[in-house]
Amino acid sequence: MTERMTGAQALVRALEHVGVDTVFGIPGGAILPAYDPLYDSVKVRHVLVRHEQGAGHAAEGYAQATGKVGVCMATSGPGATNLVTPIADAYMDSVPIVAITGQVASAAIGTDAFQEADISGITMPITKHNFLVTDAADIPRTIMEAFHIAATGRPGPVLVDISKDALQAQTEFHWPPTMQLPGYRPVTRPHSKQIREAAKLIAESKRPVLYVGGGVHKAGASDELLRLAELTGIPVVTTLMARGTFPDSHPLHMGMPGMHGSVSAVGALQKSDLLIGLGVRFDDRVTGQLSTFAPHAKIVHADIDPAEISKNRHADVPIVGDCKEVINDLINAVDRKGDYAEWQKLLSGMKETYPLGYEEFSDGSLAPQYVMERLSSIVGPDAFYVAGVGQHQMWAAQFIGYENPGTFINSGGLGTMGFAVPAAMGAKMGRPDSVVWAIDGDGCFQMTNQELATCAIEGVPIKVAVINNGNLGMVRQWQTLFYNERYSNTDLKTTQRIPDFVKLADAYGCVGLRCERPEDVDAVIKEAMEINDRPVVIDFVVHADAMVWPMVAAGTSNDNIKIARDMAPTWEKDDSA
Amino acid sequence: MSKHTLSVLVENKPGVLARVSALFSRRGFNIDSLAVGPTEHDDISRMTIVVNVDSLPLEQVTKQLNKLVNVLKIVELDTSQSVQRELMLIKVKADADSRSHVLELVQLFRARCVDVASDAVTIEVTGTPDKLEAFIKVLEPFGIKELVQSGMVAIGRGARSITDRSLRALDRTA
Repeated sequence: MTERMTGAQALVRALEHVGVDTVFGIPGGAILPAYDPLYDSVKVRHVLVRHEQGAGHAAEGYAQATGKVGVCMATSGPGATNLVTPIADAYMDSVPIVAITGQVASAAIGTDAFQEADISGITMPITKHNFLVTDAADIPRTIMEAFHIAATGRPGPVLVDISKDALQAQTEFHWPPTMQLPGYRPVTRPHSKQIREAAKLIAESKRPVLYVGGGVHKAGASDELLRLAELTGIPVVTTLMARGTFPDSHPLHMGMPGMHGSVSAVGALQKSDLLIGLGVRFDDRVTGQLSTFAPHAKIVHADIDPAEISKNRHADVPIVGDCKEVINDLINAVDRKGDYAEWQKLLSGMKETYPLGYEEFSDGSLAPQYVMERLSSIVGPDAFYVAGVGQHQMWAAQFIGYENPGTFINSGGLGTMGFAVPAAMGAKMGRPDSVVWAIDGDGCFQMTNQELATCAIEGVPIKVAVINNGNLGMVRQWQTLFYNERYSNTDLKTTQRIPDFVKLADAYGCVGLRCERPEDVDAVIKEAMEINDRPVVIDFVVHADAMVWPMVAAGTSNDNIKIARDMAPTWEKDDSA
Repeated sequence: MSKHTLSVLVENKPGVLARVSALFSRRGFNIDSLAVGPTEHDDISRMTIVVNVDSLPLEQVTKQLNKLVNVLKIVELDTSQSVQRELMLIKVKADADSRSHVLELVQLFRARCVDVASDAVTIEVTGTPDKLEAFIKVLEPFGIKELVQSGMVAIGRGARSITDRSLRALDRTA
């Protein structure tokens, strides 16, 4: 059955049909026709944000907390270009979002019209796919295709740019439309021969490691992963994007690998004779110098994106497929415990000898890591933790104990400062019954904190822990280590209380709290946990010299991991590897 | 590094050429030549792309190309198993004295004279890059005034068609 309506009405109707309940956005000239029928929709709630970047990150947070496709909307030109950062972020971290932008009328495209930007051209390299729609009749099918592409295979951002005249034109609406995507056929079913090959390598290995990335949670395969690890006894490391996919408390969990990974996780990779990479991409932050990464290991690499396999490190056994199916097939193919007692003992020894630690300051000031530890204890593993980018992000990854998949949300690949507040807002809107903590730095927080206004007005009571060291802390750390302590342009002077985050929170209709001493940390966190009718911001004033350890300096070998400045772990005498 | 010829079947939609060429530049792969045109099916265009890469990067190229939603199929055409041709139009100085020499070379290379003026001729020639290079060399002494060359197009030898199956895939969704 078809109905006659405008392209804009068809757009809103299509969004309702694909199951959208929340859209983050800001209206403007070219997208205005769409906002009129959106005003009437009872199924789609539009959240008016304060900056389009916030809309994009909110859509990402929503998507990561719910597993559904997040949606953001903006007008042409500057509205659309403000979405570029979150779109690039979603592309790097494989987050399914659909961005809908208005475009100038089709007759004006290419004339440098007011608020015209070639957003489909601009986002070509940072979207999984994008569309420019100039015919109202194409809107429903394009929306269906966009959501299908965003959510299936390796998830990612899809942009739909719609010209104003297409939104205004009359068209016939019918649902469902027929998708026309002859070139889009993601492979999800792993090849049985490759699974057998992998099982053979696993049986032959003495020092295997399950190197787990974001793809495992995206495939909803954390239960399967637990089964595989316990069945085989193979130790597990979880990357930044996989924190929570395997319980931190599990004895087989060796921690997070990478530039700021634990000695046991980095050691596990370096000493391994078989890496079973699941939903990972051998990112440079994990491998360090590629030529010396896991030098003794054969590689089994499973990913849904064939282009990731052997991109950075040659895979001896490539497996293209959905991680859930891959792990299930591996469980059937391996089916018994291996003899890894020696290996487990070696790694557990590393874990015991070199636990994550930090410096406490004698002047009674606050160590940021202590804040994370207390948050973890008091708030617990059922909450969502959403981090920005920098030192606080690494501390949040290291010192909060994650037990549940998807509970740590952050900007991993792109490293987008300002991610936390809007993403936490999106996560909280997607999961209103869960506690959502944004863990932010004072630098990050000043990039996107205007979305606190959105949170306060829309009734989204997130909690924000600002780890305020008065500096762009991670950059400062690099200046300390690699630039002779020349602190060029990293001091934000937030210590002068410009701005005063407590007053700022108050001005935004949130509760503002401050904590400057270790003995007050528990009380302030508990106080924040009691407030559920408004957002809460806690200004944790921490010591400026706190550093993130361990660290593998950029571009160097993982073997050169330092547990503190000029302090390397002593590797075991190792003749077998 | 070695040359590889890729035949890429793509949906005949606006912007597809930009997507393909942008992908090459973004991922740091060099295109030696690129030709694009229609096929026997209205909805499908065919690109012939010659890249100069080692086999491992070539695998990355094809995998990344395959991820483009508008790309239907990629086939690498081996030189020995395919016919590969470029087209060249070349304007050479030729007055009454030298014209017959030039026309003799045109015959030898199985080229064609497509335009004649009092002091120049324009020649059309097709062939492999080697042949065209040789042709340019023999014409150089006369004075080359202008030259334009197409990208390479290529097709596999034998009865099999690389478009058949892609057409069926397209028909199913139509």
